[in-house]
Amino acid sequence: MTAQVITVTSGKGGVGKTTAVANIAVALASTGQKVVCIDGDIGLRNLDVVMGLENRIVYDLVDVVEGRCRTRQAMIRDKRLPELFLIPAAQTRDKSAVSPSDMIRLCTELREEVDWVLIDSPAGIERGFRNAIAPADRVLVVTNPEMSAVRDADRVVGLLEAEEKPAPLLIINRVNMNMIKRGDMLSVEDVYDLLRINILGIVPEDENVIVASNRGAPLTLDGKGKAGLAFQHIARRLNGEQVPFLDLENRGLWDRLRDLTGRK
Amino acid sequence: MSQPNLLQIKGIRDGLLITLGSAPWKDLSAALFAQVESQQAFFNGARVALDVGTLPLHVNDLAALRDALSEKGITLWAVVSESNLTESTAQMLGLATRLAKPKTEPARPAPAAEPPREDTPLWVQKTLRSGVRVEHPGHVVVLGDVNPGAEIVSGGSVVVWGRLRGVVHAGAQGNREAVVCALDLSPTQLRIAEEIAITPKRHGKSTPEVVKIKDGRLQAEPWQAD
Repeated sequence: MTAQVITVTSGKGGVGKTTAVANIAVALASTGQKVVCIDGDIGLRNLDVVMGLENRIVYDLVDVVEGRCRTRQAMIRDKRLPELFLIPAAQTRDKSAVSPSDMIRLCTELREEVDWVLIDSPAGIERGFRNAIAPADRVLVVTNPEMSAVRDADRVVGLLEAEEKPAPLLIINRVNMNMIKRGDMLSVEDVYDLLRINILGIVPEDENVIVASNRGAPLTLDGKGKAGLAFQHIARRLNGEQVPFLDLENRGLWDRLRDLTGRK
Repeated sequence: MSQPNLLQIKGIRDGLLITLGSAPWKDLSAALFAQVESQQAFFNGARVALDVGTLPLHVNDLAALRDALSEKGITLWAVVSESNLTESTAQMLGLATRLAKPKTEPARPAPAAEPPREDTPLWVQKTLRSGVRVEHPGHVVVLGDVNPGAEIVSGGSVVVWGRLRGVVHAGAQGNREAVVCALDLSPTQLRIAEEIAITPKRHGKSTPEVVKIKDGRLQAEPWQAD
């Protein structure tokens, strides 16, 4: 097996990186592919909480890097999906405990064993961000349709270009159709217009996301909810499937999204 | 251990300044690491600025160096260079290129003593994203957008074949003849010499415009063949 290493990043905090990682991972693993998530947010971990695995942590990323355990031992198997694993971040250390080359070494090892490695990057553009993108084959940039998030995403895209990474893909999260219609929110076109990178997915705002992350059960598990569906589509697109989305534009993006969400 | 001619280290206000001598990059970085290796305790946690002289450095060199240093607990925060290539490389990686941050000095004294410099224009064929700063003593031509959060400081004029939404300062050395033009001119802030303007929010379709100093203030007009 040769896994693809995918890093999810954003620059700004709170735009939904962790939610995206958890949901995409679940969607990929539910098709029987072997997926490992790595929480790159050392010191402020929360992917374990969103995935509902916090009480199973024995070893973490820093233990692996510092050689206190084998990689296998730090891989926590998901409660429901046997093909889904999490390598949690250490909570009592900081970003400098891991270096970009540690991440590259770890991912080289994982590549042989799994189909997908998903890395949850911390917010910011410092050490933690560089750790997270160092091993990435592909980078997904998550943003919200608001100016500050888009500005930070733009900065991140610029840094990725400077590092000569392949062109990142964009996930626009928390899109609220009603607000856009009222002209109170940037539209998908506005965001694309500024960032000019290909869009991998558009995720509508959905209360269920908060409910799900509190319950520690990613949305896509039950396969309902608009956001959950959007994340499933993202996972399928990562698998190279052509999920109808590009023809959104021909039919009118919002008509199409309204279909998806059942809103009028 | 390390050859003293290859590098020189001194303490400055913002940490350490390492000045590299003239030698191939490979030798310099080897010497630097030998030094770091031999005095780990001294370097651990240090904030380092690097003066590389005229050495042209590519993204790969500089990114590798930064990562290698950060593994030793050293933060590379600035690269000072006389080479344009190195400077733009450093800017792309988000590193500072000047040691003392120039405070926004209130209108530089500009007794246009020196004639406008006739340097080669800087050609930028990509979109300038947030966080990128382009500085050039001559004219600057951008084929692409200038996004909010990006900055252009030019001694001469600035031409943007795209959307200009960042900050632009033309005629930064006091050249009041400088102009700024763009296909879509909606900068966050626009300066020519010591005049400053903030563009009003525009609605509707934009047309190419040129801004110049007229009657002592900045004025925009349609950009078309005269």
